[in-house]
Amino acid sequence: MRGRALAATLIFAAFAAVPPLAYWANDPYLIVIASRIVAFAIAALALDLILGYGGMVSFGHAAFVGIGAYSVAILGQAGITDLMLQLLAAIVAASAFALVTGAISLRTRGVYFIMITLAFAQMAYFFFVSLSAYGGDDGMTLSSRSTLFGSDMLRDDGIFFYVSLGLLGALFLIATRIVGSRFGRVLRGSRENALRMNAIGFSPFRYQLVAYVISGAMASVAGVVLANQTKFVSPAFMNWHVSGELIVMVVLGGVGNLIGAVFGAVVALVLQEFLGAFTDHWQLWFGLILVGVTLASRDGVGGLVRRLTGGKR
Amino acid sequence: MSLLVVDKLCKRYGALKVTDDLALSVEPGELHAIIGPNGAGKSTLIAQLSGEARCDSGSIRFDGEEISGLPMHRRVARGLSRSFQITSILPGFTVLENVATAVQAREGSSFSFLGRVADESALNDQAVTALGRVGLTDRAGTIAGSLSHGEKRQLELAIALATKPRLLLLDEPLAGTSGGEAERLVEVMRSLKGEVTTVLIEHDMDAVFRLADRVSVLVYGRIIATGSPDVVRADPQVRAAYLGEEA
Repeated sequence: MRGRALAATLIFAAFAAVPPLAYWANDPYLIVIASRIVAFAIAALALDLILGYGGMVSFGHAAFVGIGAYSVAILGQAGITDLMLQLLAAIVAASAFALVTGAISLRTRGVYFIMITLAFAQMAYFFFVSLSAYGGDDGMTLSSRSTLFGSDMLRDDGIFFYVSLGLLGALFLIATRIVGSRFGRVLRGSRENALRMNAIGFSPFRYQLVAYVISGAMASVAGVVLANQTKFVSPAFMNWHVSGELIVMVVLGGVGNLIGAVFGAVVALVLQEFLGAFTDHWQLWFGLILVGVTLASRDGVGGLVRRLTGGKR
Repeated sequence: MSLLVVDKLCKRYGALKVTDDLALSVEPGELHAIIGPNGAGKSTLIAQLSGEARCDSGSIRFDGEEISGLPMHRRVARGLSRSFQITSILPGFTVLENVATAVQAREGSSFSFLGRVADESALNDQAVTALGRVGLTDRAGTIAGSLSHGEKRQLELAIALATKPRLLLLDEPLAGTSGGEAERLVEVMRSLKGEVTTVLIEHDMDAVFRLADRVSVLVYGRIIATGSPDVVRADPQVRAAYLGEEA
């Protein structure tokens, strides 16, 4: 566990160093990229909570990201630009969606769970495609970023980045506490052996559903950040590709290892930028790297680092 | 009053009657062994009693209350706990956490999200006590999946004990164990006698006749004889149906 605490400290310190580095290198684009990474790290963290610790492979987590993004757009158009209110609305809407779809999805297991979460996410996708008041298929551009305590300080990319990083840090701490709590133990136990949990007096369903709702609510925060970062929302945010990318990030970072999910988001997006600069066919190389990491270590890049540095898991 | 009264219990899989109008009563404090040839329906009976398998008809009264409609986790909450024929533990958890999880199931709410459960001494202390009962204390920090087969059987017993059962259903606890391992488990079961009412299904006749207060013989889904070990051993019907094959 100490190794993970060290990894978390290093990763967050590296994040915090991005804006000064960007000013020094005179490359403001770095901050834009970093904000985008933070948004996806939040979503990957949320997914790892149920995928890694609960054994629930959701192939529809992009829907929650989209719900968060549209909360910003819809409230913004209604004149409510306060970030806190938008976050609250995103969390409430995503929780409600997770409660209903989770209660149904969790009646299935394995590949059926994957498929049914995908189906619900696609329903959400087409719902927003048909919402012509908010741009339909094309999406809509936001006139400005959200406000914070009545000030438009988030216009500044640096401040916006640090606020987003603060959200990621807070959610990371919360997720870490949840995993180590009584609730987290029941969640992990149900992944290990649901029949055994039943035989000592737990009904896993309730715990899994609550975890699904928490995860969905967390993922909606990613959408709030993403919408503000791009000042644009569209149904593409909840496309099934995005759900797939989130799973890739979690797997890259090592399943069931919260800081790994954050790291997985960093690796995936940095590789995307880096490989994309060299070739249009970056996805081919990205795929090869993914295959390599998965084969070399089931614990993702984090496990690979541990192995190379001779540390024990 | 009997702690467990089973009456007219039935279960069929297709055309096969696995449990056929079965009647059984278990008295408080006794160790009641159920023996029978392979395919007699012993594991199905445990599954029905514990709530893993549904009953087609009949009644199961536990401490005077009908429980045949309750799901497994509610029966556990009432004090009906079981072990599995095929070892069922939480392999990625430590030995201590396996047992502490069972303690947690009956101690307070598990909808608690922020406190560190690994530091809850109330849970860990009881878990250590249960591990002491089965002789696994020095393995508390080991990952359960890496235990030997015999140790896993001990752990399974400790998990069941940690639920503070009023009736313990043990489904072939000695299955697959070596001589020394079996001896240790028999000692544990002997030490529980009188303290926890136990229904024991076991193939090891030696162990059964040493431990049991009463023995019931199950053949083709029906109990054909119940009584003290000596009486059952002498019953001609039992000898024909079961013991004769073994001898």
